[in-house]
Amino acid sequence: MSKTLFDKVWDSHVVRKIEDGPDVFFIDRHLIHEVTSPVAFVGLKSRGLSVLYPERTFAVADHNTPTINQHLPVQDPLSANQLKTLEDNANEYGISHWGLGHQNNGIVHVVGPENGITLPGATIVCGDSHTSTHGAFGAIAFGIGTSEVEMVLTTQCIMQPKPKKMRISINGPLSKGVTPKDVGLYIISQLTTSGATGYFVEYAGDVFENMTMEGRMTVCNLSIEMGARGGMIAPDEKTFEYIKGRAKTPKGADWDKAMIYWKTLKTDDDASFDKELTFSASDIEPMITYGTNPGMGMGISKNIPSAESVEGGKATYDKSLAYMGYAENEQMIGKKIDFVFIGSCTNGRIEDFRAFASIVKGRKKADNVTAWLVPGSHIVEAKIKEEGLLDIFEDAGFVLREPGCSACLAMNDDKVPAGKYAVSTSNRNFEGRQGPGSRTLLASPLVAAAAAVTGVVTDPRELL
Amino acid sequence: MAYDKFTTLTSTAVPLPIENVDTDQIIPARFLKATKREGFGDNLFRDWRYNGDDTPKEDFILNNPIYTGKILVGGMNFGSGSSREHAAWAVYDYGFRCVVSSFFADIFKNNCLNIGVLPVQISPEFSAEIFEAIYADPKTELEINLEDQTITLLSSGTKESFDINGYKKGNMLNGFDDIDYLQNMKSEIETFTESRPF
Repeated sequence: MSKTLFDKVWDSHVVRKIEDGPDVFFIDRHLIHEVTSPVAFVGLKSRGLSVLYPERTFAVADHNTPTINQHLPVQDPLSANQLKTLEDNANEYGISHWGLGHQNNGIVHVVGPENGITLPGATIVCGDSHTSTHGAFGAIAFGIGTSEVEMVLTTQCIMQPKPKKMRISINGPLSKGVTPKDVGLYIISQLTTSGATGYFVEYAGDVFENMTMEGRMTVCNLSIEMGARGGMIAPDEKTFEYIKGRAKTPKGADWDKAMIYWKTLKTDDDASFDKELTFSASDIEPMITYGTNPGMGMGISKNIPSAESVEGGKATYDKSLAYMGYAENEQMIGKKIDFVFIGSCTNGRIEDFRAFASIVKGRKKADNVTAWLVPGSHIVEAKIKEEGLLDIFEDAGFVLREPGCSACLAMNDDKVPAGKYAVSTSNRNFEGRQGPGSRTLLASPLVAAAAAVTGVVTDPRELL
Repeated sequence: MAYDKFTTLTSTAVPLPIENVDTDQIIPARFLKATKREGFGDNLFRDWRYNGDDTPKEDFILNNPIYTGKILVGGMNFGSGSSREHAAWAVYDYGFRCVVSSFFADIFKNNCLNIGVLPVQISPEFSAEIFEAIYADPKTELEINLEDQTITLLSSGTKESFDINGYKKGNMLNGFDDIDYLQNMKSEIETFTESRPF
């Protein structure tokens, strides 16, 4: 029977099917971090359970970590306690731990692929919704709750009903200044934040085929923001090239054997989806959000839609615009901003910093802007230095910080103050996401760079 | 036995007719720093519920003593965003045992089921009727019967059935959880693991 890419990977991981219930679903790789894992270990201990396959779980500190002076003790006692708890649990159960200061440390969804933990055809979970990032490699990857973290630790399985299947196809050349982030934000703006709920998405078409692995990760990362559990892209030569030789990828004969399997990982020609959507690449321009969910995005040159023209209730829409301090029909270009954040599991990879550098090179940071440049990992940080990007940033008046989730969710000190506006390359613009009362405009690294040097929302195409 | 059994629940309800309520509103990230599952109810809807100086915001529904109960009725797409189970813990710890909405975000719904909070999905029309009834009379009660998979607005008698898979329903009725189930099939899992290429 014809199968989709998703079917092939899902079906090969079903340990048992339960009638009128979920599948018992095997997990190849499990990533844990300091925020959503401690209670899972408490659960294990209270039931007297052990970790079944510690070699399949990888602990990385990222959510709570400071992005300056990482060599010093963490100041916030609650954060320090969570980081210590992660380390203690990892040590107690024999799980590898890349804590603060470790050379492989960074955001869990950046370091997984960098170190070959992420593989095509694998199932990958983490107590973090942006686990969908790893789908870029043809893996089934999604976020889970802490109860499920406990399940994976003790049985390497979770219990999940198989989601429905959606394919999103986009073909054609992307216009100047349009990045993978814009493609993702565009799709979400078309689907809304609940448009893909209950589905697992496959991205298809030459737009995704032509993307780098970094770009594919950005797109898959944003799958959750349209409500999907995850999104994936069929592995190809680019995928194999990216993972080959990384620390934890198969080697020698194991690699050859894996390659035979990986080359089967594509949707059969006559396989069917529960839903198919097609968009045209030429309709996508650099995007920016104006509201308080990632679906409230638009082309940067457009005006904020009126309540009548959007789905959903007017009360919720008005509340959202009031929070942002914006009004219907206003244009976003020229809006004053206060902060710029480049980083996160969405846009914290080397390609994102290259894009940022392409605009700030030879220009100066605007005086009214506080900018946080936060690499996704130490490996990204090293590349930024190696490629000379750091010099460009410093010449333009920017400072490079140390890796972590940082202002994406503002669990550490990188908080945008109440009422201030941040152009952010992260994934969520919810009320207070970047600090209580903060106002977030989601955008690509190019749009962030254009805002950083002009101090207002600016069309990056004018600066390219 | 992992959590309280859920059979029937008859209670007044708290209305929150806002759409796309995200997990950052249910529990902001800065309150995720605990290493034990305790006290999350205090910070449920923290930034909607309290001012910056920790004084209650009088216009927020949870601060209005007229509206109480073990059922939270939310707007469409409730629980979107993060996978943080802390959001479901906060709902539970505050005292809710059931969340009603015309549409749930996937991971939040799953997390609720895993900790013994029943998510009940109803039609948008019934949702509107419930909001209206509660605003007209905050003492209005809802009755949720898990065995029959029904939710009834007692003031009008309007009743709808809701979906839940048989396995999860059994778990909630009996207070079992997935770990109880998975522990019993460990040898099957170990055999399966041997077949994995990586």
